[in-house]
Formats: sequence, structure tokens, C-alpha cells
Amino acid sequence: MVTALFIFGATPVVMCAQASQSARRPVVVASKPFGESYLLAEMFAQLLERSGRPVQRRVGLGATEVAFSAIRTGAIDVYPEYVGTGLVAILGDSVTAAMRDDPRAAFSAVAARSLARFGVRWLPPLGFQNGYAIAVRRETADKHQLRTLSDLAASPARLIGGFTSDFIGRGDGWPGLRESYGITLSDVRPLAPAVKYAAVASRAVDVIDGYATDGLLAKYDLVTLEDDRHFFPPYDAAALVSAKLVADDPAAVVVLTEISGRLSESRMREWNRRIEIDGQPIAVVAREALAIVGLGDRALVSAANASPRAPRDGFWRFMVDRRAETLRLVGEHLKLVLLALTAAIAFAVPLGLWLVNRRRLADGVLQVLGVVQTIPGLALLAFMIPWLGIGTLPAFVALFSYALLPIARATIAGLRNADPDAAAAAQAMGATARQVLLWVRLPLAAPIVLSGIRTAAVLTIGTATLAAFIGGGGLGEPIVTGLGLADMRLVLSGAIPAAVLAVTVDALLALAERMLAPAHRREG
Amino acid sequence: MSDPVITIPSTVAASPGLAAREVTHRYGTVLALASVSVDIASGELLAIVGESGSGKTSLLRCFNRMLEPDAGSVLIDGQSVRDADAVTLRRQIGYVPQNGGLLPHWTALRNVALVPRLIHHVDPEQAARDALDRCGLSAATFGARFPHELSGGQRQRVALARALAASQKVLLLDESFSALDAISRDELHEMFTELRASVGFTGILVTHDLAEAARLATRIAVMRAGKIEQCGSLAALRASPATDYVAQLVSRAEASAHSLVTG
Repeated sequence: MVTALFIFGATPVVMCAQASQSARRPVVVASKPFGESYLLAEMFAQLLERSGRPVQRRVGLGATEVAFSAIRTGAIDVYPEYVGTGLVAILGDSVTAAMRDDPRAAFSAVAARSLARFGVRWLPPLGFQNGYAIAVRRETADKHQLRTLSDLAASPARLIGGFTSDFIGRGDGWPGLRESYGITLSDVRPLAPAVKYAAVASRAVDVIDGYATDGLLAKYDLVTLEDDRHFFPPYDAAALVSAKLVADDPAAVVVLTEISGRLSESRMREWNRRIEIDGQPIAVVAREALAIVGLGDRALVSAANASPRAPRDGFWRFMVDRRAETLRLVGEHLKLVLLALTAAIAFAVPLGLWLVNRRRLADGVLQVLGVVQTIPGLALLAFMIPWLGIGTLPAFVALFSYALLPIARATIAGLRNADPDAAAAAQAMGATARQVLLWVRLPLAAPIVLSGIRTAAVLTIGTATLAAFIGGGGLGEPIVTGLGLADMRLVLSGAIPAAVLAVTVDALLALAERMLAPAHRREG
Repeated sequence: MSDPVITIPSTVAASPGLAAREVTHRYGTVLALASVSVDIASGELLAIVGESGSGKTSLLRCFNRMLEPDAGSVLIDGQSVRDADAVTLRRQIGYVPQNGGLLPHWTALRNVALVPRLIHHVDPEQAARDALDRCGLSAATFGARFPHELSGGQRQRVALARALAASQKVLLLDESFSALDAISRDELHEMFTELRASVGFTGILVTHDLAEAARLATRIAVMRAGKIEQCGSLAALRASPATDYVAQLVSRAEASAHSLVTG
């Protein structure tokens, strides 16, 4: 409140009105899944919290497409983006020579077009650029005398590229770069951001795409090749704000612009290093960073400068320290899985009952459900964003859709195999259709139906880790963050509980399967 | 909703008579029943003999409305079964399929108690125990067993007990003894004959075995291609076969019996 009064001191009446209005709805702050994006988002979040607004964090959204369609539809309110990415990947425009030479021209172009086409607003740039940095090992640079990308194009060396799939697929990425410079690599392999540094360091690949402010470039002693032809457009970082936030809470937008122009490349490199290499908590680094640029608690500045690099804890120590957080995530994960699974059972079992005697229709429905099953998890989640936004709802719908096939198929198979002679005899002796179903067919089908539910449960627990890519929470959260920060401890702190959960639930359902078996099949 | 319900009197004397009048039914283009008419007197057991596809099981299923024929009428005690509620009707008619059709997850006793339970009998278990006893199985020994713990012959006894546990006066037997070994079948035949004498019911036995038909039934109807070729006692069929098929059926059955005797 004090900070808010300071910022809006000139118009206290307006400020109070805005603050009370915004109290109803939290501002949704998002990021893409890599260190710097997490850090900037956390800085935005803390800035907003200081102004007295509740904030909801939806960090680590799958990729540019996921984050941008989320902000376009108002599912999120703000996330950090880069001008070059906006120009090429989002707007799909070609970059003019004027834009290459003048970052301000590039920013004006992307800001005007984003607003006109999508109603999405770019706040003034944060003050640093983080363009693509094509990097090689120092020994490779020395051996082949590589200093610039033109050197790479001219070199006869047979080198292997290891690029993120984002970079391989984008016009401003590998396809454009190859064409512009005439670079030939002997092979290009798609790599997850988390493994590309390890891959180049271990000589599995020779050339990778990094970011200019990556802390890991220095850690692995990599040499960035200069973009001497200015192929890459300017990558000024800026906050991207939804039309919804501008309409709902314009004062929040003003708060966010406070940080514009205050950051620099050297500062970002330092903070990214602390997160990616030293493994310091993002919230802590963000708080200190805000203090350093004059937007936070001044007392933290000296503390930040004085704080020694904390050695990384061992894996088990790390897991033990995180146990409360892990437990919370397990709860979140289980809640999502149980909801989706319960809904899928409530829908697919009656569907199976209804379909069991409609053979042709049953085949058609199972085929459709089979097609749903083949859609990759992340793609299905991304499809949902335009309709359902981000968060738990689209995750729930996606998991529900995946669980339908095994349950419906098992129900149909179970009922078809459930001793047709016994059912026919019961009917011939005067049992009603309902009695035949409840006394004969369902009890006999139960073990097969339950085995379908078991398959669905294990599948859902695994797939639910993908929910984190669209802000759905759960055990995928540390996995996505860990992949973004190249922190294997973090990845395992999500993956291990998820695996344990799957095995446990499978065992419990196996027990239930034995208990629910028809009397004559039960043992002991 | 005010369908008149046929109530079959439960006094011993009054087993109802059954009749089929010009019953016709097609499965798609296949004529399964071609205007079949037959009368079965009160207390009589009619055997329907024929090869598979002759329409004998289809005719049987018309009596408990498991099959609704395209045309013609099926009568119990002079009333059309169409006028009865199907579920109520079926609870008054015992049914014994080839493999017993027992519910595999229910004990023998619970299986036998099915219909008493359906009609809200005062003590379904007692009715089931009595029925098992009548069919030569001690309820104490066999009542708690599951069908898979019984022999084929014992399973058919349980199925027969289930068909009679609610004092049904009409019994439909569909190849009920056909899947048994010779000794079990012979024991079942003996038990069934005694049961018929003591309990009293009107019945139809569908079988492909003329010897079995002759042993158990009062009259034999020979069916072929959806029609009854001839209906009468075995002696009548032998003495004056109506068609070549009847003559052949009788002579072949006797030849195989003869070859068994003379070795």
C-alpha cells in the first residue's frame, strides 16, 4: 500500500478505486520455460504484489505459441517476450533492413502490429537484448578459427548442430540462418534446452543455439560467434500485456512500466548465472534484482552484494528440503488426476454400456477416441487454449479425453465377454434387463472394466505432468522448470514422485481388481 | 399397462396346455418357422427333434417370449402369450439351456433361488434347498459350491432345480442333456422321469437325439426347414413315416442302436 501511494501519489482517489477493483481478480503473470523468463516474470509479479494486487503465477508455459495465444485470449495478463520473437514467430512478418539496424524501429513495428492485430500491448523495453547466440566450444573455435558466423559458413569443418526444436522450426532460427549465411552442417539434432549445453560440452554436438544473456555460456566456456551480417533482428526484452488487463486495471499496467529501461545485459547475465548455475531460488534473486534497480527494499542491495555463492545441496538433501513443496504438488497432481479420472469413468462406463449392443456405432466411437489418444499430449493441451484458456480446466479436459478410450474399450470388451449364456438364462427366467445388468453382466465384467480404469489411471498420472506446460500445476511444475533451468535435481523432484504415484496407484487398483473379482474367481 | 397376466394355477393337477397356431418367423431372408402349429396337452412332454437350423429352438423360444414371431400365436392355457407381461410370464416358465446357463459367480443355492427371489417368495433359500433335493443334490453338500466346482451332470441338476424352484408348471428344455457323457445323461434321464411323475408339468424338450426323445417324451415332433414334418409317438413314426426324412431319421437311429447292441 505504501509503495502504491508513492507511485500514484498524485492521483490517490483514482488509485484507491483501482486497487479495490483489482482486489477482486488476481493479475495472472506468466513466463516461458527458461531461466530468464522465470526471473522476469517473478520480478513483474513482485512488483505487482508491492502495489497491493493479488498475483497468480502461471510460469513455464510450453512455448511461444502457448504463451502468446494465452495472452491474446486473456487467459494470462502479462509475460516477458522479445521483440525479434514477436516480429518473426508471432506476427510472421519479414524483418526489414531498417529494423535490423535500429532496435527502436523494430520495437515500434512489433508494438503497433500486435496492438492492431491482437489487441496485445508491448510495454516499453526493459533495457537489454537477449538475442540468439550461436555458440561452439572454445577448442572448436580455436581449431577452425571461428569468430563470426561467416567464418562458420566458410569453414570446411564437418560440424554437428544441436538446436532447440523452437530454433529449428522458426523463420528467424536455423532455416533463415542457414540460407542467409550459406552454412552447412553435417547433421542437425533437435535438443531440449536442458541438455544442449551438456551435449556440446560432451562433444555430442558442436554448435548450439543459446541466448546472449545465458549464464550457462560462461559456465561451459563456449564462444559466441558474431552475427556479422545482422541476420538476427533485435531481441529487446519487454513485458507483453493482455487487452483484458489494460481494460480491467490500467493502473497495474502503469506499475509494470516502472521496470522499463532499468535492466541491462550485464545485470541479466549475472542474475541468470545465479539462477542457472548457483541454483539460487528465483524469488530471492528477483527480490534482490528489484532492489538493485531501485524498485524494492533498499536494505536488500547490500545483502545481495554480500551474499556468498551458496554451494549446491546434494540430491537427497534437496529432496528433503523440498518435501513440503513436493507434498503440495502431489496433492495438486492427485486432485487433477482424480477429477479427470472420475469424470472419465462417469462418462465412459455408461457410454460403453450404451454401445455394447450397437456394434457398428461402437467401432466408430472407439476409433474416434483412438484418434484422440494419438494426439501428442502437448499438442492437445495447446489446442485447448483458444477455448478454455490455460490452467487446470484445459488440463482436466485433455486428461479426461485421454482416459476415455481405455475405460470405454474395457467396458465394452468386459460386457461382451461376460458369459452371454448366463445372462441369456437369467433373462429367460424372468430377470429384468436392469437385473441382468446389475446381477450378471456388470459383476462378471468388473475385472476387465477395472483393468481399463487401471490403465487410464497410470496413463493420466503420467500425462498430467504435461499440464504444467499450460499452467495446470502438479508434479510437472518442477519438471518443466528444471528442464528450463537445466537443473536435473528439480526435474527428478517432480519425476520421481510422479513415478512413485503411478506405481502406487497401479498397485492399489490391482488390489481392488482382486477384491472386485466375481466370487468364483476370488482366491483364498 | 393393464395387460391381463396369465396366472398359471399352482395346484398339481392343473398343468396348462400349450399350443402354437400357424407360427411364422424369419431371420432376415431365412425362414425359421413356416406356419407351425402344434398342441401340447396338460401334463404332456413333447420332444422336438431335428437337425440344427431346423427351427426347433426358435419354436421353443416363442413360448417364453424370448422370440416374438412375425405371425401366428402361441397359447398357454388358451391365452395368447402376447397378452402377458414378458417378465411375469418368464417367471412362471422353467428354462434349462444346454450348458445350464448358471451364473458363474453365484453359488448353486443362490442360482436355484433366482426365481423365488424374483417373485418375492417368503423363503427363497428354503425353496431352493427343496428344489435341489428333488433333483438329487443335497443342499448341504452342494449348495455352497460355485458352478465350476460341479461336474457337468451336477450343473444340469442345479439348472433343472432352478427351473422348478418356484413351482413352475411349464418347463422348456433346450438340449438340456445333450452335452453330458453317456452315464451322466442316463442318470439325468432317470431322475427327470421320476421328477415328471412326482411334480407334474407340461414341457417341451428340444433335442437332436431321437433315442432321448423316445425315452423321455410322450410324443415326438420331427422338424425340418421350419416345418413339423410329423408329430406322434415313436411307434407311429416308425409304422407310418409321413416323409422320407422321418423314415430315414427313425431307421438311422435304430441302426446305430442296433450296431451298439450287436457290436
